[in-house]
Amino acid sequence: MRWRETCGIAVVIVLCTFPSGAQAQTSYGLGRPATAAEIAGWNIDIGRDGSNLPKGSGSVSQGREVFAQQCASCHGDKGEGGLGDRLVGGQGTIATPKPIRTVGSYWPYAPTLFDYIRRAMPQNAPQSLSDEEVYAVSAYILNLNGLVGADATLDAKSLAAVKMPNRDRFVGDARPDVKH
Amino acid sequence: MSRTFDKPAGTTRRRFLRGGAAVAGGTVLGARASVAAETDNLPPNIPEWMKAPGEPMGSQPYGAPSPFEKGVVKNISKTLKQYISASSRTPLQELDGIITPNGLFYERHHGGVPTIDPAQHRLMLHGLVERPLIFTMDDLRRFPSESRVHFLECSGNPGYSKPYGKTASDLVGLVSCAEWTGVSLKLVLQEAGLKPDAKWIVAEGADAAALTRSIPIEKCLEDAMLVYSQNGERLRPQQGYPLRLFLPGFEGNMSVKWLRRLHVTAEPVYSREETSKYTDLLPDGTAREFSFYMEAKSIITRPSGGQRLGAPGFHEITGIAWSGHGKIARVGVSVDEGKSWQSAQLQEPVLTRALTRFRLPWQWDGKPAVIQSRAIDETGYVQPTLAELLAVRGENYFYHNNAIWPWRIAADGEVTNALA
Repeated sequence: MRWRETCGIAVVIVLCTFPSGAQAQTSYGLGRPATAAEIAGWNIDIGRDGSNLPKGSGSVSQGREVFAQQCASCHGDKGEGGLGDRLVGGQGTIATPKPIRTVGSYWPYAPTLFDYIRRAMPQNAPQSLSDEEVYAVSAYILNLNGLVGADATLDAKSLAAVKMPNRDRFVGDARPDVKH
Repeated sequence: MSRTFDKPAGTTRRRFLRGGAAVAGGTVLGARASVAAETDNLPPNIPEWMKAPGEPMGSQPYGAPSPFEKGVVKNISKTLKQYISASSRTPLQELDGIITPNGLFYERHHGGVPTIDPAQHRLMLHGLVERPLIFTMDDLRRFPSESRVHFLECSGNPGYSKPYGKTASDLVGLVSCAEWTGVSLKLVLQEAGLKPDAKWIVAEGADAAALTRSIPIEKCLEDAMLVYSQNGERLRPQQGYPLRLFLPGFEGNMSVKWLRRLHVTAEPVYSREETSKYTDLLPDGTAREFSFYMEAKSIITRPSGGQRLGAPGFHEITGIAWSGHGKIARVGVSVDEGKSWQSAQLQEPVLTRALTRFRLPWQWDGKPAVIQSRAIDETGYVQPTLAELLAVRGENYFYHNNAIWPWRIAADGEVTNALA
């Protein structure tokens, strides 16, 4: 890491000394380099392909316990919804006049589930669950939706491999779509 | 000495406040008290607020509206399931001009409103950049600054299915407009140096939702701002203090509040907000994603739902128009249920991606009428009717409802939502 910091400073010095590009010319010299450890601590973004998912794993049965303690009061014992969103079911309803949009029926990518639970849930104590607990709750919700088996244990690789039913139904913005 | 003056003046003021409050309550007793108070202060009598000094300097170190305007507050639904992830609306029908006072700016939070010490706040810029950087608030304020007037609008303003709101605020109160001050995002990105495959930037808030949205690099380099002040003062906590992203013309939630991180990437992150929430479901089961722009829109705010025309004769019709695609070119106003349209006067300055005030003088003949406005922006786009939108999008579409909204005026002057 120390080598990387030194290297980063060297790059800045080179750019300042030889202002060949527009970027170097507009440099204000404000801010300081971010270290790899600082970035790793804050960068919790998970790509749709599962990139940046952490080590560890969690099972459906562990997830059932964590969900009962941390999630059920808002989302219902089986993810049927309450104060919080409904998480389960709705498959086959998306093209009907009464669509039920849940993780199982609507979400296009499974790694998004890990990303959202870790960063924002439970609502009263976000970022309090361990990575293992987040994997476990993700596995439980996917199991309730029939997308992984009751004996499944998910990690970075297997979570990214879950094919969500609605994945191919998202399209670009066609507006302006109403013309006079 | 001041004590001698204060006591009678204070007593009088309290008496008036009681009268005013009772009028707002609409009780018969209140009306009677109000008549008595008004009579005392009307010609030829000298009003009592002229007979004693007013409140001394310093009684309001920050300032507050007149106590007679205490009903002009943010519009918060009484049927909210909870208040951590919720919204409040601007009382559009009570405001003039184009600038929304900071205390009345609409709010939408996903994890409550954090209290952030600016000395401890940091903005991290990393990913596909030559030099990952961390900025303090002092760093950001040292960059060359700029101020611009733009609207901000929630994408769900309003939905497509009934019930529709009673007032302009109920309907489209999730829009406000302010002068924003900060630094061009482009300048800050140049400081870090974008790599050639940098196509998106994932912005993250320092709130309990750690909300993330992906923004195309083109928008980041066009007119995006890192904002620290709003209408001259530092951002309110509800608006992202000490730092927010601002993306003119884009749906409000992308202007990430309490901004702490910008992650430069090759593709969008497909966060929960941009998959399960801010997408629009079409009747065939496909859903539109990454639908960023707010299309042209307008609403008559006076007269509007919940108000009453006191008598036939002259009334000014006025309202606001805006477009995420640029300037408002024209606003048509119809007073005959859409059969004919007249061009309204646009108040200068007409700014890009800002609220534009329009006005039309009108003689009301005292007969029932339906009035409505239709915005046309500089791209030539014409604001559609709700029926036209529903025909293409269906009722499962949720965001980006920019329909024309007609108000019905009854013979007794009462104004109601013509589509409700």
